[in-house]
Amino acid sequence: MPKLITGVGCPYCGSSCDDLEVLVSDDETKVLEVHNSCIIGSNLFHHANDPTRPRLPRQRQPDGSIKEIPYEEAIDYFAKTLLAAKKPLIYGFGSTNCEGMSAIGRIAEKAGAVLDNCATICHGPSFLAMFDNGYPSCTLGEAKNRADVVVFWGCNPMHAHPRHTSRYSIFPRGYFTGKGQMQRTVISVDPRETDTAKLADVHLMLDQGHDYELFDAFRTVLRGHDIPDKVAGIDKETIIKSVDIMKKARFCMIFFGMGCTHTDGRNHNIDAAISMTRDLNDHTKCSIMAMRGHYNIAGPGQVWSWQFGFPYCIDLSKGTHAHMNPGETSSIDLAMRDEVDCFVNVGADAGAHFPIQAVQHLKKHPFIVVDPNFNMASEIADLHIPVRIAGVDEPGVVYRMDNVPIQFKAVLKGLPGVPSDEELFDRVYERMCEITLTQPIWLAAKENRKYPHNTNPMVS
Amino acid sequence: MSKVIMNMITQRSIEEGAAMEKGKTNPDYFDACSICEINPEDMKKLGIWKNTNVRVTSECGSVIVKAIEPTQFCPPGLAHIRQGVWANQVVPPRTQSTGTPQYSGFPVTIEPAINEKLKTALELVQGSVGLWKGGK
Repeated sequence: MPKLITGVGCPYCGSSCDDLEVLVSDDETKVLEVHNSCIIGSNLFHHANDPTRPRLPRQRQPDGSIKEIPYEEAIDYFAKTLLAAKKPLIYGFGSTNCEGMSAIGRIAEKAGAVLDNCATICHGPSFLAMFDNGYPSCTLGEAKNRADVVVFWGCNPMHAHPRHTSRYSIFPRGYFTGKGQMQRTVISVDPRETDTAKLADVHLMLDQGHDYELFDAFRTVLRGHDIPDKVAGIDKETIIKSVDIMKKARFCMIFFGMGCTHTDGRNHNIDAAISMTRDLNDHTKCSIMAMRGHYNIAGPGQVWSWQFGFPYCIDLSKGTHAHMNPGETSSIDLAMRDEVDCFVNVGADAGAHFPIQAVQHLKKHPFIVVDPNFNMASEIADLHIPVRIAGVDEPGVVYRMDNVPIQFKAVLKGLPGVPSDEELFDRVYERMCEITLTQPIWLAAKENRKYPHNTNPMVS
Repeated sequence: MSKVIMNMITQRSIEEGAAMEKGKTNPDYFDACSICEINPEDMKKLGIWKNTNVRVTSECGSVIVKAIEPTQFCPPGLAHIRQGVWANQVVPPRTQSTGTPQYSGFPVTIEPAINEKLKTALELVQGSVGLWKGGK
């Protein structure tokens, strides 16, 4: 009998939907049906059925061909390569669980590596603005239950977070928003008429790259001053009307995305957005939220802040204390200045999603990929180590875009012999300790450890 | 043959997300991402027929993509390639010292290239690091 598993989490976007139902075969090795998810989540679960999924590490041979090798050999190569490197870069972590992120933290510390996650090319600028200006935010439940004005600034949830509008922001009928969409005014700010803009009551089709000016104009109007007839391509009347809608809101919710962080000004756009949110709180209640991308990209920010005090771009090469300065210690900047001599890609695809020149620089050195599937990074790697898929055949904790932790389930039995990220990294850490003749102190301190094989290394 | 400077953005789309989760070597991914959305007015100005190939060149590279009419309205002067392998052939890696490349809002020139062939994701990425073993 096929089994229906309810309350399943979707390991794709930052909405981290946890209301999926997955029908699996009676031996728990095949996904048969996926209910409630968007098409992306559905494809993701069905892709786990792919019979060609890698089951063994694949190493590139001197003649350029690829050969499968046992896990022990891959772990040994991983450990030795990291230890031999003067400044390895470990990047990724949008798509793995917090246990894996914590495990790689132990390796990075041992290796004196730079530890970075996808935030560096995504909402990193938002972090920089938060450091400067704070983060007046809330959880998504508050948006659902209270928000009567919703602003999507430089984001397109209909395409990037497909169920965001139906779960949290526009359509749901909340406690104080019983009339659902009828009760909400939606404002979209985007240079294109996106499918989200088509849903909106007001669409500000601004000139691309002029968000900062528009934020400035909004704040100027909010503070009761005059503005020019046209700002960033938007008429004065439209701006005044939009500010008025936001001011008269009972609870105004601002979501922002790559339209602000990827364009000119980067963190300064977010900075202005946060200032506007603070200004609005003189008139009403207003909250702002970053539309985080991957289902657990808020995870490394949380885990590593707790481990090292910094969310991303963490330079551990000093050995005794961590240092963070995006622009100096970010993946792209390090790559472009050729400052790293080993690249490890975990739960992300630098091959496809870094500008190609950065990939060319990174490829000059050993290139290791840890990923359940084939992707562009795995196809140019020196070593590709397959792992289980978090949220599909490996459970774990993930952090939603509003930093709410959710326990994700495993719906399938993992492929035999294929470890989770956490198991793999613990084994690499143990091997690094063996090579350097040091005690695996972090593993000994771990209550539920599967490794090291020696149960009490402190005594031996 | 005309050349015009356009403003390029690279963004998400649901087709791209859905295809990516089937796999980056899947034909769906090729169909979803090897395209450039250009306003019909601009197409006229540039002498481009819809659904033909164009060459997009930025300060740091160039790529052949298929020009299509926007699936979501794009104003004149603005062009859009969905994020992914093809877009990142032309995305400038300059970060304004924040770590984040210029994924949106960089100048490109777009010109007709009807007889040029689209390259697959693997050919583009492996080719750029000297690992491509297939033919030209």
